[in-house]
Amino acid sequence: MNTILEVRALAPDVAYFRVEAPKIAKRRRAGQFVIVRVEAEGERIPLTIADSDPDGGWIALAVQAVGHTTTVMNRLREGDDLLDMVGPLGQPSEIELFGTVAVVGGGLGTAIAYPVAKALAGAGNDVVSIIGGRSRPYVIFEADMRACCDEVHPCTDDGSYGFHGLVTTKLEEVMARRTVDRVICAGPIPMMRAVAETTRPRGVPTIASLNPIMVDGTGMCGGCRVSVGGESRFACVDGPEFDAHQVDFELLSRRNKAYLDWEAEHKQVQP
Amino acid sequence: MTELTKRERMKLPPTEMPERDPEIRRTGFMEVNFGYDPDLAVIEAQRCLLCARPICIDGCPVGIRISDFIHHVALEEFTEAAEVIGIDNSLPAICGRVCAQEVQCEGACVLDKKGKPIHIGHLERFVADFVRENSPLEPPPNAPPTGKRVAVVGSGPAGLACASDLITMGHEVTVFEALHELGGVLVYGIPEFRLPKDIVRSEIDGLADRGVEFRTNTVIGSLDTLDDLLTEEGYDAVFIGVGAGLPKFLGVPGENLIGVYSANEFLTRINLMKAYSAKAQTPILDMRGKNVVVFGGGNTAMDAVRTAVRLGAGRASIAYRRTMDEMPARVEEVHHAQAEGVVFDMLVSPLELLGNDDSRLVGVRLQRMELGEPDDDGRRRPKPIEGDIFEQPADVVVIAIGNVPNPLLLRTTPDLDRTKWGTLVADTDTGRTSKKGVFGGGDIVTGGATVILAMGAGRRAAASIGEYLATGEW
Ligand SMILES: Cc1cc2nc3c(=O)[nH]c(=O)nc-3n(C[C@H](O)[C@H](O)[C@H](O)COP(=O)(O)OP(=O)(O)OC[C@H]3O[C@@H](n4cnc5c(N)ncnc54)[C@H](O)[C@@H]3O)c2cc1C
Ligand SMILES: Cc1cc2nc3c(=O)[nH]c(=O)nc-3n(C[C@H](O)[C@H](O)[C@H](O)COP(=O)(O)OP(=O)(O)OC[C@H]3O[C@@H](n4cnc5c(N)ncnc54)[C@H](O)[C@@H]3O)c2cc1C
Ligand code: FES
Repeated sequence: MNTILEVRALAPDVAYFRVEAPKIAKRRRAGQFVIVRVEAEGERIPLTIADSDPDGGWIALAVQAVGHTTTVMNRLREGDDLLDMVGPLGQPSEIELFGTVAVVGGGLGTAIAYPVAKALAGAGNDVVSIIGGRSRPYVIFEADMRACCDEVHPCTDDGSYGFHGLVTTKLEEVMARRTVDRVICAGPIPMMRAVAETTRPRGVPTIASLNPIMVDGTGMCGGCRVSVGGESRFACVDGPEFDAHQVDFELLSRRNKAYLDWEAEHKQVQP
Repeated sequence: MTELTKRERMKLPPTEMPERDPEIRRTGFMEVNFGYDPDLAVIEAQRCLLCARPICIDGCPVGIRISDFIHHVALEEFTEAAEVIGIDNSLPAICGRVCAQEVQCEGACVLDKKGKPIHIGHLERFVADFVRENSPLEPPPNAPPTGKRVAVVGSGPAGLACASDLITMGHEVTVFEALHELGGVLVYGIPEFRLPKDIVRSEIDGLADRGVEFRTNTVIGSLDTLDDLLTEEGYDAVFIGVGAGLPKFLGVPGENLIGVYSANEFLTRINLMKAYSAKAQTPILDMRGKNVVVFGGGNTAMDAVRTAVRLGAGRASIAYRRTMDEMPARVEEVHHAQAEGVVFDMLVSPLELLGNDDSRLVGVRLQRMELGEPDDDGRRRPKPIEGDIFEQPADVVVIAIGNVPNPLLLRTTPDLDRTKWGTLVADTDTGRTSKKGVFGGGDIVTGGATVILAMGAGRRAAASIGEYLATGEW
């Protein structure tokens, strides 16, 4: 079960997996995720379903090694099994004909934004994607984006590829040039917050895919709670996508650092 | 065995449960109670007056033939005792450990008036453990295959008990569980020191041996909907035993600070994910020497606060808005908690959880309460004492004020009737819901209740599922 059919490097520390999961492949919709465990006594980690093929019976995951479990996962090879995988979890993205949608992905976030971009394009939207990375090798899913988007704008911090600058600068430029009816973003918290601040003055509805720490992913523990419009919501069952203009990003960022001490004390695998 | 007269029996002192030294158990998750050995069990059983009309049975939610089984124990007929218990209870090793006997069978025992009820729970536990460890009962043979297939959703006590009876009837049974481990609250909620996970495991292995198929990592409502089970997947009936797994929060400011856990999260990290073990990869906040405040007064609160003690908390306290007398927890757990050094702060209610600039919890602001008039269920209602507000340091807060039904399954099945509290509407005797072929029982129907009630509901539903599959009548 959950056999890895293919694994390849996408970027430094980022691996792309195709995993056998016929049922999830059939049921899942854009914006949903799975929870994976890769070893006995292991942690349950949420990973977005980046793509799927219902006929081929597989789903795709893109994993960035940031700590123990993601590092262990990225060492797995074709033919290995994921110990546990449950999903699809979370609310699917709202997919409608909005008009023009800008999809902004930062780093690994592009893998999270891609399935939404693909579904939005499938629903007839014009999709403009703005995908950022530290430098050229960190820009991922570009070819996939090109296959479904109207415009694709790679951006790098160091100018080694595409636009030299922040994704938000590029977003400003796009919004100045054409009407954008909706913005979707996924990536590092500071980036999502910056996107929200960029679109707020123009009143463009903006959705962020949040990544709080999770445990069960079924609404049972409340550990994934985020503050949206002053209310607590469980990201695993009410999200993970929320109105970016309402999200308390500062709190999310702090809560995600809750276990830094623990991680330092328990470091077992060197990333 | 020498027959004792009634007078002699009444003179025997109750047989205390041997338990691990509190100082030792503060340091680990080993089970607190050691259990009776056969000698202790026989002595305790001999105290039973074998009443002509044993009213203890009325106190048992599933009507275990208590005096019969105790009589067998007194005669050292442990296998027979286990058989008698097994008629009514499919999870005796578990219920013997976690039932609130003091308000059920033992509360009804005639000797309770003298303050010396028979320790029925300890005896039930002894019988179940002894037989499991020495000469396990042969499970009843499964009836010839009926060709009918039943899906059981949720692997808590309700689902397990239901599956057990259905497989005996000859039906094909698949249990679907959302988590990666089976057992529901028995594995993710109730800690090892009260209910060793091996015991739950052996119940599940027994069911698997008898042909029950288990599918973990399967969330019904998202992977398959309930309707998919009845149509595409070809099940003839479905039992819903998904529990009440959505934690309630306090509704006071500061609940999202780092350091604030729901009891479900705290206990899941420890019990299911084994965060106390050095090898485990799921983190838990460092409690060593810290102040831990647990809000609530039930079994969940006791489990949480005693877990905090074991994680090295400097001060682990229960903050409850009524008094010790109103606390719904099992008395044994309260006594164990006291022996382990848990502080009980009674008549306080949270107003605010206080954080520092990094959004980390540093304290709680509490309102002192007093008891007023009794409310509908007869418990005196707590009310605030005007102006009596104080603050207390806290590094970790655990909120253990109950759970409500998880809407995950029900919201994808709109034609199932629900109450305004979100619980599933199902007939008490048959578990039948508003949807043909769909049954329910346990916490999803009652709201957070008990293991034995869930077990009983699962069994009654199994009987009714059997009838439905035989007759097709709804
Ligand atoms: C809905 C959702 C979808 C996600 N999709 C992807 C994805 O497609 N690809 C990907 O690489 N990452 C994804 N993530 C993030 C990923 O789950 C974390 O990077 C991973 O759990 C880190 O585990 P670790 O043991 O490797 O690192 P750790 O050493 O445990 O943690 C490193 C940091 O990761 C964060 N983190 C830790 N545990 C969790 C947890 N259980 N849940 C969430 N974050 C955690 C914390 O901020 C922590 O400080 C997603 C997160 C969420 C909530
Ligand atoms: C910490 C704690 C301590 C307790 N202590 C005691 C005690 O001492 N004595 C006592 O009698 N009772 C106690 N209780 C209460 C008791 O555990 C519950 O009443 C009992 O477990 C309810 O059983 P259940 O089968 O209805 O549900 P649960 O045990 O909750 O099991 C439900 C299962 O269904 C699964 N599930 C949920 N949704 C889905 C889905 N959509 N698809 C698939 N699976 C799903 C869940 O993951 C879970 O495993 C305690 C409860 C807690 C939380
Ligand atoms: S992860 Fe536990 S409720 Fe969301």
